[in-house]
Amino acid sequence: MEILVTDFKRCSSLKTTGRVDGSNASELREAFRKLTEAGVYNIVFDMAEINFMASAGWWVLIDTQKTCKQPTRGELVLASVDKGIMDSLRIVGMDGYFKTFDNVTAAVGSF
Amino acid sequence: MPQKIFTARLENLSQIGSYIIQAAQKAGLDEDACYAVELAVDEAATNIIEHGYKGDSSGIIACAYEIMNDGIRIVLKDHGRQFDPESVPEPSFHGVSLEEVTPRGLGLYFIRKLMDEVKFEFSSRRGNKLTLVKRKTH
Repeated sequence: MEILVTDFKRCSSLKTTGRVDGSNASELREAFRKLTEAGVYNIVFDMAEINFMASAGWWVLIDTQKTCKQPTRGELVLASVDKGIMDSLRIVGMDGYFKTFDNVTAAVGSF
Repeated sequence: MPQKIFTARLENLSQIGSYIIQAAQKAGLDEDACYAVELAVDEAATNIIEHGYKGDSSGIIACAYEIMNDGIRIVLKDHGRQFDPESVPEPSFHGVSLEEVTPRGLGLYFIRKLMDEVKFEFSSRRGNKLTLVKRKTH
């Protein structure tokens, strides 16, 4: 899994491409863990090139959000979420746990 | 019914997904329905691999499909451990705080929410069979 991390003034963005499923979600988890262990709690997950997200991937995001949202820390937000992915998240009722933005610029600017 | 056999490895999830997406497209499902089908099958296959076979990659998953006038029927068969789907707790997210959210049962929850019909059948002799139906939206 190729993961790209970009650091901004008030947050970092993390981007990967393709599928996130049970075979590679642990790599995504490790990438988020490295950020939070480095004290980065304002994170943008750039989903522009993700075309599939299984529950294993959503659990990585939920766990990362739990870490980021502890008091005085920050937040994980999502950018450029594919419509199909967003619809499936809404159907199960998990969309309320993340702010979403149309693009990374807007997401970065929210911090 | 067209059928393809996959070895029960997480690395094969993308291949299973590709096979099912093509079937869903052949059945004339729209883009959102195709994604729902791919996701439900991925969750089912993951559960078979992780819980049914407990990571034993010598197991197999047989994926078959039937194109119907109003949608698609997908049948997954395996010889992993049986389980009681009714005993899997259904997660709840509406009105539940982030701290209280737990992962247990999310895969099965996705399957039930995304598919129009979900039927589990277990047989010591014939193995396990999961039938999923997704209908076209009009």
